[in-house]
Amino acid sequence: MTDATNHTQTQDAQMGDYFALMKPRVMQLVVFTALVGLLVAPVGVNPFVGFVAILCIAVGAGASGALNMWWDADIDAVMKRTVNRPIPSGAVQPGEALGIGLALSFFAVILLFLATNALAAGLLAFTIFFYAVIYSMWLKRSTPQNIVIGGAAGAFPPMIGWAVATGGISIESVLMFALIFMWTPPHFWALALFVKSDYGDANVPMLTETHGRKATRNHILGYCVPLVVVALWLGFTSVGGPFYLAVAVALNLWFLKGCYDIWTRTDADSDADNHAVEKHTFKVSLYYLFGHFTALLIEALLRAYGLTAWAGW
Amino acid sequence: MAMKVEHEMHQRRKGRNIGVFLLLFGLIGIVFGLTVVKVLGLSDIRQLERFDHVARPQLEPGALEAAEERAAERAATAPQNEEASN
Repeated sequence: MTDATNHTQTQDAQMGDYFALMKPRVMQLVVFTALVGLLVAPVGVNPFVGFVAILCIAVGAGASGALNMWWDADIDAVMKRTVNRPIPSGAVQPGEALGIGLALSFFAVILLFLATNALAAGLLAFTIFFYAVIYSMWLKRSTPQNIVIGGAAGAFPPMIGWAVATGGISIESVLMFALIFMWTPPHFWALALFVKSDYGDANVPMLTETHGRKATRNHILGYCVPLVVVALWLGFTSVGGPFYLAVAVALNLWFLKGCYDIWTRTDADSDADNHAVEKHTFKVSLYYLFGHFTALLIEALLRAYGLTAWAGW
Repeated sequence: MAMKVEHEMHQRRKGRNIGVFLLLFGLIGIVFGLTVVKVLGLSDIRQLERFDHVARPQLEPGALEAAEERAAERAATAPQNEEASN
């Protein structure tokens, strides 16, 4: 009878629902940063192999997103921001999400290994494991530092892109990793400051709930300072240059000012203007990361055409 | 009588079926493309015959060069051997 019920079901999941499982907005960032990691590497890659590698990284990220949605279906149903995701909305069954997540993880890692090398495939496998198991299953519900350590999962893509091209790990790829890793906490905590009730309703121990909003403001500024160091340090490696440094200085001043403004505000100030500064700084944080990786890409182009020689770089 | 699909499920799942077809077709394209790229990227086309689970000593790196050297040596020593036998 169960089968008959399923066959007469009128609300079958469509491809768009399955695609939504893969968190396409997160995938955009993954694809972009992985592509930059691959393109700024000193070793060229066959364009088709590069395309397949980026596709595998994107699919791997999407698969970990599906596994995350499978595990977090209960809390997604509570939060306004996530209530329309495919599982809580009823479009996709949890078992389907699990199956899709596992199958795509397997395909992405194996295909990346066959197309490129064992290190890149191993890093992708570790990233999926880190996001699905370490972050989603363990840290997210157990510690307010969840997004600090869990942010590593989002920081691996440029490292994987670099490994695809070079087959190794170097200071440049580690600093690209560190840039995203250090950027994640202030980015998410700025968000948590103006969607605070959502995480509390779902019993997710965000810093705003466990240590208060003042402590969160301190942490945002505290993480922003080492972030500036990492971002500028990257400018003095082989992937940096005068253009990147100029962009990095401007972006870091902008973001540092936003974090400083958040730090100096009280909750009363924040409530009075409907968290305008927090929302603005969150938006700046998006420009910040996109700007740095775009600058790295442009710097690589300038280097390829010999246009950085004038600066004696 | 022409075969006709009547069940509404086929219409309902049309989008999914087309999506799965495109995904599988894309996977075939990726594997084919990778094969072409990897084969054309070989430094020595004889390497294409490797990994067939059979020992092929003649395909080991340097095997052809060694064979050519041995042939050259034999060719060089052959006239001397003929003179010696005469």
